Amino acid sequence: MKKSIADLAKIRQETLRKIQLRDKEDTNCRIVVGMGTCGISAGARPCLSAIVDEVHKRGLSNIQIVQTGCVGMCRLEPMFDVYVGNEKVTYVNMTPEKSRQVVVEHIVNKRVIQEYTIGEVEK
Amino acid sequence: MAKLDLSKAKYAKLKKFIDENQGETCGLMPVLHQAQEIFGCIPIEVQKFISEELNVSVAEIYGVVTFYSRFSTEPVGEYVIGVCLGTACYVKGAQKIIDDIGSKLNIKPEQTTKDGKFTLTATRCIGACGLAPVITINDDVYGRLTPDQIPEILSKYTDELEGE
Amino acid sequence: MQFYRAHVLICGGTGCVSSKSHELKAEMEKELKALGIDNEVQIVMTGCFGLCEAGPIVIVYPEGTFYSQVKIKDAKRIVTEHLYKGRIVKDLLYYESIQQDKIKAVNEVDFYAKQKRIALANCGVIDPENIDEYIALDGYQALIKVLTQMKPEDVIEEIKLSELRGRGGAGFPTGLKWDIASQYKDDMKYVCCNADEGDPGAFMDRSILEGTPHSVLEAMAIAGYATGAKKGYIYVRAEYPIAVKRLQIAIKQAKEYGLLGEDIFDTNFSFDIEIRLGAGAFVCGEETALIESIEGKRGMPRTKPPFPAEKGIWGKPTLLNNVETFANIPLIILKGGEWFSKIGIEGSKGTKVFALGGKIKNTGLVEVPMGMTLREVIYDIGGGCPNGKEFKAVQTGGPSGGCLTKEHLDTPIGYDNLVKLGSMMGSGGMIIMDEDTCMVDIARYFLDFTCEESCGKCTPCREGTKRLKELLDRFCTGKGTFEDLDRLESLAYYIQDNSLCNLGQSAPNPVISTLTHFRDEYLAHVVDRRCPTGVCKALLQYTITDKCIGCGSCAKVCPQECIEPVGKVINEKTNRRAYVIDHTKCIKCGACIEACPPKVSAIITQ
Repeated sequence: MKKSIADLAKIRQETLRKIQLRDKEDTNCRIVVGMGTCGISAGARPCLSAIVDEVHKRGLSNIQIVQTGCVGMCRLEPMFDVYVGNEKVTYVNMTPEKSRQVVVEHIVNKRVIQEYTIGEVEK
Repeated sequence: MAKLDLSKAKYAKLKKFIDENQGETCGLMPVLHQAQEIFGCIPIEVQKFISEELNVSVAEIYGVVTFYSRFSTEPVGEYVIGVCLGTACYVKGAQKIIDDIGSKLNIKPEQTTKDGKFTLTATRCIGACGLAPVITINDDVYGRLTPDQIPEILSKYTDELEGE
Repeated sequence: MQFYRAHVLICGGTGCVSSKSHELKAEMEKELKALGIDNEVQIVMTGCFGLCEAGPIVIVYPEGTFYSQVKIKDAKRIVTEHLYKGRIVKDLLYYESIQQDKIKAVNEVDFYAKQKRIALANCGVIDPENIDEYIALDGYQALIKVLTQMKPEDVIEEIKLSELRGRGGAGFPTGLKWDIASQYKDDMKYVCCNADEGDPGAFMDRSILEGTPHSVLEAMAIAGYATGAKKGYIYVRAEYPIAVKRLQIAIKQAKEYGLLGEDIFDTNFSFDIEIRLGAGAFVCGEETALIESIEGKRGMPRTKPPFPAEKGIWGKPTLLNNVETFANIPLIILKGGEWFSKIGIEGSKGTKVFALGGKIKNTGLVEVPMGMTLREVIYDIGGGCPNGKEFKAVQTGGPSGGCLTKEHLDTPIGYDNLVKLGSMMGSGGMIIMDEDTCMVDIARYFLDFTCEESCGKCTPCREGTKRLKELLDRFCTGKGTFEDLDRLESLAYYIQDNSLCNLGQSAPNPVISTLTHFRDEYLAHVVDRRCPTGVCKALLQYTITDKCIGCGSCAKVCPQECIEPVGKVINEKTNRRAYVIDHTKCIKCGACIEACPPKVSAIITQ
């Protein structure tokens, strides 16, 4: 199919979102999911899948989703950290549903969901 | 000497290629590439055939065939061992590799073993300098070679043949 | 469209494919499927990452984890540990990317951190067989800009402004070449890409074609627009099957999208590209020989003028540029000639890709700004000579170039600087030699090459290179005399002055530069009949030292039976004598050295 200049722009935008991940310098947000044995057994994997799915559905770009090992608070798993700029927020006792909410609220609407954070839960 | 197969089917294949590319100012080279691939070499019989088809003199075709090292007029062995003698490989000891293979197979470079199994040839840089020294056996590439690996690599091909 | 949280990039360049990267990809896919995460992780075959030494290379994003020399059996660990559990497999990391437990991302590793990638920008980032990924990274935007906003003369002006010079060897200003080509009017004109990369040890053109083939297609279309040509040829070596395949795929995709063909973007501009395969003749890298070859003749250079810009393929005006030159074009158009001209040094702008090879730790491809010193390239990026050996020389410019020594290490790299020192930029091969390399032997090696590749059209080159090689053979076998040394030198200059094309004119360069910088090594071969590095076998002498215990192991294995116990008496009682080698019969096979008991090691070569 012959493409017009507009078609090309569309392909460019869509594909760029897919491969932006490969540009190390261009990230504005990182989600680090705890995937130690504890995390996985507590259900971190479905949470991770939910995050990936939500990020994609919302068309968010420049977001790194990476995994990490056990941070030593196994009782609070599944947990993940969200880094925006230099700010770090740790969410604990997550479920796939809660994970989606975090993506929407924290990353899209820029509002931290206080009640899920480690500070609130550990009070 | 390796066997030469000049069956009608092969000529037909070459003719088909020529017919499909007629009309274009496609030149001799693509046809010769095709012929080399189909027959494994371009002997005088095939040159005459191409001459008829393209209306180019045999002398000219012969001149071109003998000019380029990718084309040969004699059949080559079943396995062509190409030892890269590019600079990077040479600095890393490719000369010893080709000498060793030659003495193992009892042939000199650019010769074919009596049974027609192997042809040994020195190739120009194949661009895999990061793996120097490199040899190719047909489509397989072996890199980071040391002379003591040679018997093992060659045996892969000789055993395969005996097993057949 | 599927979204993936992690991307696994596996190198699909020739080097890594030879180390079985295709099988590795299949294995990883299998493992991902087994864990059910194949819809979260994408595996991409990319072009060459440049660090061929460490192949096969696997890079995992978003972390940018850099795994090297990954074996097929390692696939499972990377998938289950890293991609499933998120634990980086430390023992598979490239050695330099892990320091004091801190893991560096690929772009922070020394080898890459010092590079600046323009021609190779997309190489190792995108999937070369997927046009969409090229488009995502601004691909074909330059073509759009040219066709919709610029007149042909604007394009040429922009290229002139960039001060880009040809990357194939001679370094002719590209803008000027385009300008000249645009001025000849004819019913048919051609653009031709010279991908007949024949210099042994140079493989940047191959990597560009394998890693980002669309860059070259786009640039050729731009060149077609600027010079008024409708048809392009890419003349590529048949020795590069992967590059040929990727080009074929790229051309097909570009045609499907209407980026090549009739009436591109409805602008009335039409351009089409065809591939022509070389057939293993080095001289076809010379532009007029290449044209002869495309026309189906013996690849022999024509006399110039007329230059190809006036009478090229089928006698029509033809613009000929090298692969790397083309690869710079799209970015120059997008970012402007001025941006490009700010990189580099006077007379040599932009970046240059070098292929590091020979006795160097990090063999591979690097792209650096012009003006970087040889020392930075060889030591900071290349890691210096392996096994603690001492650096002796670097050969640049392939068989047409020359050797540079330690004293030249701080020279900023540029066209004119290298020529001043008796070498040349050439296509960018850099072969590093250490203390074990014999410079006379290397000169002989290059002459062997040019002698065989001489097309035979002109006498100085055809006969001269052969005589040069014979003279060098004499040195290497210990028959050289002082008269030979004089003859070698005068013949070298004669060939340089009188040959028809660049192949002949530059063929003596390796001789002249080694004579200039390493005359003492030639003298050692003549006066002492000795090869200081021990490479020239004929000059070696095997000697049995005082350590001999008279066991006779050496005599038993000697094929010449030239070792006999006629030395001094070792044991008075038994009258046992040390063995001695008869040098007149010795063929220097080395069997005696291997036979001598390791504890004794009495036989030495000198």
